Amino acid sequence: MAYRYFTTPKRKFIIADTPGHEQYTRNMATGASTASLAVVLIDAKNGVSTQSRRHAFITTLLGITHLVVAVNKMDLVDWSQEVFESIREEFTAFAAKLEARDVTFIPVSALTGDNVVQRSENMPWYQGSTLLNHLETVHVAGDRNLIDLRFPVQYVSRPNSEFRGYMGTVASGSIRPGDEVMVVPAGTRSKVKQVLGVDGEIDEAFPPLAATVVLADEIDVSRGDMLVHVRNVPHIDNTFEAMIVWMSEEPIKLNKNYLIKHCTRTLGGMVTDLHYQVDINTLHRLDASELKLNEIGRIVVTTNKPIAFDPYEKNRSTGAFIIIDRITHNTVGAGMILDREPGELLRTSGRWQAQPQSENVHRHRSRVTIEERRDRLGHRSATVWLTGLTGSGKTSIAYELERRLFDRGCMTSVIDGENARMTLSKDLDFSAADRTENIRRVAEVAAVLNDAGQITICSLLSPYEADRQHARATIGGDRFIEVYLSTPVQICRQRRPEIYDKAEKGEIPRFSGVTAPYEAPRSPELTLATQDLSITECAERILAYLQEKGCLDSNG
Amino acid sequence: MPSYSITHLRQLEAESIHIIREVVAEFENPVMMYSIGKDSSVMLRLAIKAFAPGALPFPLLHVDTSFKFPQMYEFRDRLEEDMGVRLIVHRNEEAFDEIGRDPSNWTCTLCSNLLKTQGLLQALRKYEFDAAFGGARRDEEKSRAKERIYSFRDQHMQWDPKGQRPELWNLYNSRHNRGESFRVFPLSNWTELDVWHYLYVEKIELVPLYFAEERPVIERDGILLWAGELVKPHKGEKVETRMVRFRTLGCQFCTGAVESTATTLEEVIEETMLARQSERQSRAVDRESGDGSMEDKKREGYF
Repeated sequence: MAYRYFTTPKRKFIIADTPGHEQYTRNMATGASTASLAVVLIDAKNGVSTQSRRHAFITTLLGITHLVVAVNKMDLVDWSQEVFESIREEFTAFAAKLEARDVTFIPVSALTGDNVVQRSENMPWYQGSTLLNHLETVHVAGDRNLIDLRFPVQYVSRPNSEFRGYMGTVASGSIRPGDEVMVVPAGTRSKVKQVLGVDGEIDEAFPPLAATVVLADEIDVSRGDMLVHVRNVPHIDNTFEAMIVWMSEEPIKLNKNYLIKHCTRTLGGMVTDLHYQVDINTLHRLDASELKLNEIGRIVVTTNKPIAFDPYEKNRSTGAFIIIDRITHNTVGAGMILDREPGELLRTSGRWQAQPQSENVHRHRSRVTIEERRDRLGHRSATVWLTGLTGSGKTSIAYELERRLFDRGCMTSVIDGENARMTLSKDLDFSAADRTENIRRVAEVAAVLNDAGQITICSLLSPYEADRQHARATIGGDRFIEVYLSTPVQICRQRRPEIYDKAEKGEIPRFSGVTAPYEAPRSPELTLATQDLSITECAERILAYLQEKGCLDSNG
Repeated sequence: MPSYSITHLRQLEAESIHIIREVVAEFENPVMMYSIGKDSSVMLRLAIKAFAPGALPFPLLHVDTSFKFPQMYEFRDRLEEDMGVRLIVHRNEEAFDEIGRDPSNWTCTLCSNLLKTQGLLQALRKYEFDAAFGGARRDEEKSRAKERIYSFRDQHMQWDPKGQRPELWNLYNSRHNRGESFRVFPLSNWTELDVWHYLYVEKIELVPLYFAEERPVIERDGILLWAGELVKPHKGEKVETRMVRFRTLGCQFCTGAVESTATTLEEVIEETMLARQSERQSRAVDRESGDGSMEDKKREGYF
């Protein structure tokens, strides 16, 4: 692939010249990664070819929003409007599948120069711009994301004890003195004291400028961290889904230790799943067990530590990554992170879907029926699932409810989140994947206790909707009662200031509601605004609900 | 509503600074090649900006042939004092011991192979630099159009045009084993005109040879050489005084002058905008072995 340069009075252009053959897929991806616009050349005589489709697919995959289809060699088809229109129609149908936002068709003849720089006299039916005129005027400045501040720290400058500046290139958004910023993934906060451009102090830095940011507080910030605005935080996770262009002779290997370079951070990681391969000619999804050189697929990546990212579609800088082989040091893959909720992602890749490790295990049935248990205990079994932020009152309400149920003669017990973390799940961390596994284990235990006839009370933060849905499915929709403690985070913070302080300083990583997401339940059985209700009142409401549903009677 | 538009020069500047900072953050022992020319001057200014208010965190390296123009040495020797940078000057003394210091023993090819290429490799090995910034641009010459920004060199410091890594977004891959190294070209996307414009807007001082002046010259093989210290007329050649300037700076016997009346930066820019010839065409070293010569030189480790 060669780069060429030219300038007109209006603009400077850099051309990355990439052939459309399949073996050049990685070159196309490379060229497209830094481009603002793609020109796809179509031979008017041959029509839309496989190569044109491939070009269009790869350029849109790499996030180029402006596509120019130059229908070339119009001189060979007698400047026929009909030929041009039929190519336009065919390509438009194909482009619809690509989410290409801005496609412009221009009939040209490179040989005679028609519609390249000069307007064609041979094609009076064409009223649009010439190719050069279009390139000179197409609006590309608006493609920059000026909303979401993302400032990946590239280098920490400490020339003397007085000065500590964080150097980097503004990836998106803008940063000004006085801005409240958060350091991600840690979650620590500070205020911007000063912004320096390359020629001294400035009022504002925006993409693609290089800047140096001075913060008001002495907090721990290193290369690889990212400064963001406190109210506009990227995803922070160690698991994400991505499209990948494979660039190495050696095929992709699942669960192999690679290096991932994302923004200014390089860390260990692996490809844990390959969903499918995309046939770059037809866009069909193919089942695949591996990806070879120049193949494109959809994968799940798990990094050794959480990273702060955005979907590539929203942010080309923070949504892109490369995969580096640890032995050869080659760049083997180019990835674009997809926009999917972690919960949604885990529905297909988490351990909810795991199969037993042996085919020789079978399910065995109890000879005691649910009805027999109900008759002996005098009530039906159920799981009361309390979800909400830290400080919303889950544990207090759980134990209050347990006491009251027991006093009424019910068989009941509590599975509390913190207790589970110290026992059943003490091997798990707080990544999305391990949070899911924690919920899965608790749900399985709750199901066993329910089968034994008990009313089980689970008090777990359980931040992801998908995980709670899985828990519901595991336990059984008729037994699962989701209770959402909808206390606002500010109130929770007032109740537990010490733990929230720690979380905001980054001392507790991945704290739901601060540095990790909390997804409110979509349709809980019960919502309790605990800022307005006492613990007793909350317990009573749940009791009333159980009563109403007939859980506390032995008949029915 | 503030304006978020910036000129392409500022975009190029930001891109180059990103590259320079990235190298300093990821390599153990970087160095910046300094050739006293205009591209080096731009690169040095970018590097100083990249780390201000701190000092430049790496030294400059001048691989000297001893055959440069006296104005260049004067300019170079003021640099350390004026800019507060550390400058390493390296000469291939072994080659001088073998061939002698008399310029008449040297040809351009010999000078390029031994003093420039071998001299550079010696210096990189001696100081164990793992990354060396160079001021080369992709628009300079055909073989450079395909060059990466991070150009990988194996343990023998050789360049394999087929073995270069794909370079996507601004995610440069700096991983290497001990003994392997990179040449890094922060000005890859600049054109000659961009360099001149930047020199102008940044008011960067240049060696006066870049500006037209009446100079004694000898025309040899279609190239105008400065008839100063080292180039003496052969039989049949005559020394003429012409209004000339140099588009690039190198050794006295391989750097051709062009006829010009451009005595100021503005005038040079105007001439450059009208020029169609690549600036390297006035360099004898690129022409000596015909087409593809630059590619061969690069394989051996030349910039």
